[in-house]
Amino acid sequence: MTLDYQKLGLIAGIEIHQQLNTKEKLFCRCPTTIREAEESNGEFFRYLRATKSEMGELDRAAEEEMMQVRQFRYLTYDTTCLVENDEEPPAPLNEEALDIVLTIAKVCGMTPVPEIHTMRKLVIDGSNTSGFQRTALVAMNGTLPGGAGIETVCLEEEAAQRIEDTFFSLDRLGIPLIEITTSPCMHTPEAVQETAAQIGMILRSTGKVKRGLGTIRQDINISIREGARVEIKGVQELDLIAEVVRREVCRQVSLLDIRDELKKRGASVEKNPVDVTSLFTGSKSRVLKSAPKILAIRLNKFAGLVGREIQPGRRLGSEMSDYAKKCGVGGLFHTDELPAYGVTEDEVTNLKKALDATPDDCVIIVADKPQRCQCAMQQIIRRAEMAFEGVPKETRKMLEGGSTAYMRPLPGAARMYPETDVFQVRVTPERFASLEIPEMIDDTIARYMQEFGLAREVARQMAYSERRNAFEEAINSGIKPALAERAFNSTLRELSREGTSVHRIDDEDIKQVLMLINTGEVAKEALSPILTALAEGKTPTEACECAAPKVSEEELASIINRIVAERADFIKERGNAATGPIMGVVMKEVRGSVDGKIVNQILREAISHVLKNT
Amino acid sequence: MSTTFETGDLVRCTLQGCSCEGTYITTRDGMATVKLTSGYNIGVPEESLSKTGSSEMAEPQEVEIAQDTTLPKISIVSTGGTIASKIDYRTGAVTSQFRATDILNAIPGLASLAEFSAVQLCNILSENMTPAIWQQLARAIYDEIRSGAQGILVTHGTDTMAYSAAAMSFMIKTPVPVVFVGSQRSADRPSSDNVMNGMCAAKTALSDLGEVVVVMHGTTSDDFCAIHRGTRVRKMHTSRRDAFQTIGDGIIGSVTYPSLDVSLSSHAVKRGNCEPRLKDKLEEKCAIIWYYPGMDPALLSAWNGYKGIVLAGTGLGHCGTDMIARIREMAAAGTIFVMTSQCLHGRVCDRVYDTGRDLLGAGVIEGEDMLPEVALVKLMWVLGNTSSLAEARLMMAQNLAGEITRRSSV
Repeated sequence: MTLDYQKLGLIAGIEIHQQLNTKEKLFCRCPTTIREAEESNGEFFRYLRATKSEMGELDRAAEEEMMQVRQFRYLTYDTTCLVENDEEPPAPLNEEALDIVLTIAKVCGMTPVPEIHTMRKLVIDGSNTSGFQRTALVAMNGTLPGGAGIETVCLEEEAAQRIEDTFFSLDRLGIPLIEITTSPCMHTPEAVQETAAQIGMILRSTGKVKRGLGTIRQDINISIREGARVEIKGVQELDLIAEVVRREVCRQVSLLDIRDELKKRGASVEKNPVDVTSLFTGSKSRVLKSAPKILAIRLNKFAGLVGREIQPGRRLGSEMSDYAKKCGVGGLFHTDELPAYGVTEDEVTNLKKALDATPDDCVIIVADKPQRCQCAMQQIIRRAEMAFEGVPKETRKMLEGGSTAYMRPLPGAARMYPETDVFQVRVTPERFASLEIPEMIDDTIARYMQEFGLAREVARQMAYSERRNAFEEAINSGIKPALAERAFNSTLRELSREGTSVHRIDDEDIKQVLMLINTGEVAKEALSPILTALAEGKTPTEACECAAPKVSEEELASIINRIVAERADFIKERGNAATGPIMGVVMKEVRGSVDGKIVNQILREAISHVLKNT
Repeated sequence: MSTTFETGDLVRCTLQGCSCEGTYITTRDGMATVKLTSGYNIGVPEESLSKTGSSEMAEPQEVEIAQDTTLPKISIVSTGGTIASKIDYRTGAVTSQFRATDILNAIPGLASLAEFSAVQLCNILSENMTPAIWQQLARAIYDEIRSGAQGILVTHGTDTMAYSAAAMSFMIKTPVPVVFVGSQRSADRPSSDNVMNGMCAAKTALSDLGEVVVVMHGTTSDDFCAIHRGTRVRKMHTSRRDAFQTIGDGIIGSVTYPSLDVSLSSHAVKRGNCEPRLKDKLEEKCAIIWYYPGMDPALLSAWNGYKGIVLAGTGLGHCGTDMIARIREMAAAGTIFVMTSQCLHGRVCDRVYDTGRDLLGAGVIEGEDMLPEVALVKLMWVLGNTSSLAEARLMMAQNLAGEITRRSSV
């Protein structure tokens, strides 16, 4: 579908969540280390339930999570404590994390909140043991260099990592997270992606954020004219953002078309589900045959619309199914897609007959325990009725490829109440003023190109590298930029491609090797084997010795003399032009242990000696 | 609080570089708390606010929970605590709620177990509990038993719950369960332990038990609640759900969750074992002294005129030899001394070392395996109920309410 976004009135904003690389978690003194589930040292389980806000309201999103009583299991580690277990009150807000967030706020020209209040945001999907996420508004009203408005930055605690369904790992819970919310100021899918990239660049510029998949997540808020605000959670890949926006616009446009079509047809939704369990007792569909209860509902004049694709891989039926799943059912069947899945044509005919359905109607069935079926049917009816409104306000989650599925209603302000166990933190003007603004990576790239003569791509790689500081320190201690770049970036990339575990190499060790090269003790040609030896766990001295054993001048002379003698005919034939090829042979033999200049000098002498003697 | 603004006023907040709108909540130390439309609270100087209107901050709606009068009757006697606490949006503080409706609202499942009536005895944080309130509590519980309750639930803050449970154990003879319950996580959070503790306690109150118990989480998981004897239970952790532990004995039962199956051990006292009886006199001139190396014996003079003193001694039940002369003097003047151990686990034995033998010689009574706090409460009760020193000494060495076990089982 080609879409004119301006005409459609696309409005989008993003929320970026980025883990901060602090020493300790936000509200306890545990390290911010991610663990493997196998390293767990115990587990426990809990139930959560929705509580009313201080105003006596029950949050709609929380209420929907409560439709099923679920038991949540949690894995603990020797790096988690009673705070993650919700067994101890929180420690004071982590000041290191707050400084990072304030620094980012300063970069964006924001106004810090004079006194920061930590809030509890109700989250009862199990990802927080307490049933809420602690979050604090830190600064407001800023602008990105590109012009996009930043409404707020918040400091939040990361949720527990979901292992599966209702099973969580506590290592991630409580890692500090910055949440940056832009204003709804973007009007094309590309603009959204560019803004996300720019915020990502600013975050990385601090050098104090976590790296790697899952450490940054984007939520996208999208609406079109006549559509509704939809929040898409957890987009991890930057490159997918534009596609997610395109697909959401497509979904909203399709839902609006369906709305118009329903109105035109004079469609309606029946209120009372019909028990059709007996129709499927002999069914070939295993789900239906074994179901304790099967309920059906007739959607008048919905035929063809429930099965209509609204974005790649998604139909109106998928939306209804998502709503039904909140009751614990596995999904639903609708007549737009039947006969299929073991349901025969005869069964469909009988089903339609039992519900007095005409060919213009669509019938939906769910099969499960009676109570779940009842709950699911109410959800399906609710979602079918929403189709007349067009696009419901929702929180959605991203599926692979960029389409989305319904998660829960958009939460309201009712889900926030004060975290009474954490003292407020005053941000004095002096504190804010004293924060140093880091160099933006875009500026670093330009500087590397200009000062160090690096090519743009190499400069970019170096600027984003974790080894950036070590690289600059090496240059400051007299290493040539080109050599430092090769040591800290290009050579490591080559080795990494070949399967060497370069992450094991310590920056300090690389620096030591560079100093040895600088003083002429080791030849720069040996860099690659030395780095390989470092990756194998050798010390810089060991690595230099085994990768580039010392060759004395006498040894070198004898090697050269031998090689030259073996190739005397070649030399006589080519004259001085033989130097190049023979140089290669010698360097290979000494494995880069000797500076090429010295080899070259001795070799020339030896060759001219041979030539003189002919 | 502010003189300019009232809670609920709509305000505009102007800070350098931005302005925002919200609802005024309160002012503390010159900083006004404003709830923004996003739900976030922020603190700003009150001078930065200007009133733009006022909102109707409706009082939270209370829903009356319908009670089933065919169900057995449980009386709730409330003293306070976080089990039905609510958050006050004005101050942000957690406050306790005490009406039966509040508790039924906080734990909706209760209404399906029993018909509840409630007595609101007091509204205190449990650190503010006093022996005088124990007496009121004992009378209130006794009245409820007499008026036919199948069981009594006492909601109580957890800090001093074990003291109160011990006090009730001595003051009341009960044919029905008297169940103390509280919560370690406030009721306003989705993970609160109040629902599970409350449900398990209610089931215990309906069970075949006839004594004073504490019912709280058995583990950190929501799997079962342990039923602890009121005279053997102690809060052993500042914050964990399973802070309450039975010391020096087995728990007397458990209640599974969410299935709510009660099982009682063989040493549990059964329902109907006695007629209700109230003995509510207490001697408040009693104290507990925690001995430490180098303690100045002169400190003991601060308790001159006290009728009874529980010593929490070291190891088998000792305090430094320097203390003994002063103890002897006070004992001779009529103060009863009971020795317990800081070890909490194990039995006092002052017959092994010279110091112990000297303490016995000075008149100190071995407190057997009584918990120090339980010994204190017992001493208050014993001295309140007998004027004979000899009888009091005898009673202190005897098991009256499960506070002393005959054998130290392995």
